[in-house]
Amino acid sequence: MSERSEFTVESGSVEQRLLPSAEPVRLIDQHGVAHEHPQYEMPAAQTLAGGYAQLVTGRRINDQAGALVRQGRLAVYPSSHGQEACQIAATMVLGAQDWLFPTYRDTVSIVSRGVDPIETLTLLRGDWHSGYDPYEHKVAPQATPLATQLLHAVGVAHAARLKGEDTVVMALCGDGATSEGDFHEALNFAAVFRAPVVFFIQNNEYAISVPLSKQTVAPSLAHKGIGYGVPGERADGNDLAGLLAVLGSAVAKARAGEGPQLVEAHTYRVQAHTNADDASKYRDDAEVTPWLERDPIKRLDAYLTGLGVLDDEAKQEATRAAEKVADALREGLMQEVQPDPAELFEHLYTTPTPQLREQAAFLADELAREEV
Amino acid sequence: MTHVKLSMAQALNQALRDAMRADESVLMFGEDVGALGGVFRITDGLTAEFGEQRCFDTPLAESGIVGLAVGLAMNGMRPVVEMQFDAFGYPAFEQVVSHVAKMRNRTRGRITLPIVIRMPYAGGIGGVEHHCDSSEAYYAHTPGLTVVAPGTVADAYTLLRRAIEFPDPVIFLEPKKLYWAKDEVDLTVAEPGIGKAVVRREGADATLIAYGPTVPVALEAAEAAAAEGRQLQVVDLRSIVPFDDETVCAAVRRTGRAVVVAEASGFASVSSEIVARVTERCFHSLAAPIRRVTGFDIPYPPPKLERHQLPSVDRILDAVDDLQWDDR
Repeated sequence: MSERSEFTVESGSVEQRLLPSAEPVRLIDQHGVAHEHPQYEMPAAQTLAGGYAQLVTGRRINDQAGALVRQGRLAVYPSSHGQEACQIAATMVLGAQDWLFPTYRDTVSIVSRGVDPIETLTLLRGDWHSGYDPYEHKVAPQATPLATQLLHAVGVAHAARLKGEDTVVMALCGDGATSEGDFHEALNFAAVFRAPVVFFIQNNEYAISVPLSKQTVAPSLAHKGIGYGVPGERADGNDLAGLLAVLGSAVAKARAGEGPQLVEAHTYRVQAHTNADDASKYRDDAEVTPWLERDPIKRLDAYLTGLGVLDDEAKQEATRAAEKVADALREGLMQEVQPDPAELFEHLYTTPTPQLREQAAFLADELAREEV
Repeated sequence: MTHVKLSMAQALNQALRDAMRADESVLMFGEDVGALGGVFRITDGLTAEFGEQRCFDTPLAESGIVGLAVGLAMNGMRPVVEMQFDAFGYPAFEQVVSHVAKMRNRTRGRITLPIVIRMPYAGGIGGVEHHCDSSEAYYAHTPGLTVVAPGTVADAYTLLRRAIEFPDPVIFLEPKKLYWAKDEVDLTVAEPGIGKAVVRREGADATLIAYGPTVPVALEAAEAAAAEGRQLQVVDLRSIVPFDDETVCAAVRRTGRAVVVAEASGFASVSSEIVARVTERCFHSLAAPIRRVTGFDIPYPPPKLERHQLPSVDRILDAVDDLQWDDR
């Protein structure tokens, strides 16, 4: 059995290269205490201070959007409350030439990329399916089906390579999406084509009501990379510093031509799936409470305050900036916008079919008669 | 331009070659389309001429192929993909229906996807199961897709060139039993374009409406009917979506009688749509209810039984005979 054959895999070295760390990378713990890591360096204090301000704004967007659902101003809002460090880190590590592929839960990430918050919420407000220009900030339309967008991310990255462009694609998904076939096809395609994609899983432990234990028995979601030859890494999803280090490294490797990277963030969905969901039917408060202590803002606050980088004035400034965004959200969403029904037929084809023209005329006529 | 004798497979190959020469953003990919040239050799020689970056094999995953095409198209490419067989395209159904078809609409026209999904399509070649489906109704039913099927060698060239130049996604159905059909053709991008039907044969007594693999059968039936003294007009749809109501209805009005000929099962099909549309528009011009000759409502049969599923000249002539000529 000791004889080597052409099928021999040097398992030790493969595992070293492809498997994630034994523990999720954590540079700042939940008490705000910094920890050295043999592989990852603590990001600069100023970078973290900028991240802190974004976290505060992200939290405010989540909570304001939740309130606007209760007021009937949004149809639905899948909140990333508690996951803001993942949302912000995903965009902080990108350059202007890079792409972001978000899901329906990634509103905060899209806004942090620079997209107008009102345009971002067009989908959830019910005005149209996607409200922003994807090319303006290189942000794909939010994906509602699970994992399908990961393949589009691979396509954009592969096209960029063919054109010789320096583009990395950050493709977001949740833990539930890792069970979908497209997740696996995307990892495999990206690996075979050496496409510069960072697959970033926000493992928040729940796919609506189904816990991760019923989703997979893999040691971690980052371990799923090894089957495709894609290096996996894990980070504490509530530690902005650890996330920036791990995602920053993954983006750098993808940019350097090392192919796709898989990153799993361990976080938790502290709120229900959406306002329409009742989390009490499938989990106890006792499970949620410890996660509130691991809050991403609280720990960064403690760390930066201890460092003397964040004082009361800076905190107030961050709160003021967040309130401005919340004000704009409220104002923007209070305005009653009635989408034009003519648009229903306008965008399907570059040139509408004769049948669609007929149907558009029918609806226009019906509306004209309603007005009389 | 001189006429050359080509098979439909060769005409399609030439269309891909000319499109790739004309525009370097055109990429061809799928399963076995590289060195092998595709199981039907439609992509023969493309990797050799254009390199592995432009005509390449992918991992064996249809959803992956179509999803990759979406991303490539978002970033400036014009992907042409091959689903190896009609029924092998189903794993890609979610990508086709939820993304390829909807992307332009959901982004208010900001993202357009110039993708061509080529599919060897329908039966008549003695293929074992999952190799002979007529799946056009699934795609035709999906708003946002354009669905075309050539019925002649010359049109295979024209329609594929036009599909690749088209700004929006096209489902391109290649009747596999016509791959080896040869014709003297002049390889030019001819008129009319996508969305237009053509009258392939004039005739004053009744109209046969066909598309893709049933076009030659309909023409054969018209030839046989002429020998019996009945003149049948043959309309080749070419484009299922957009549907050319104008040409089809004008043709039916000229004859007052019509038979739709399609390989697909008849229930909830493109053929039923055609009957409904023509009846709604031409009721007073009709001398008889429109008849259909279609496949039975069964899974595509095994090779030894497939001839019973395919519309035949006899079945078409029987349907024509049944168009209430004696005002019974």
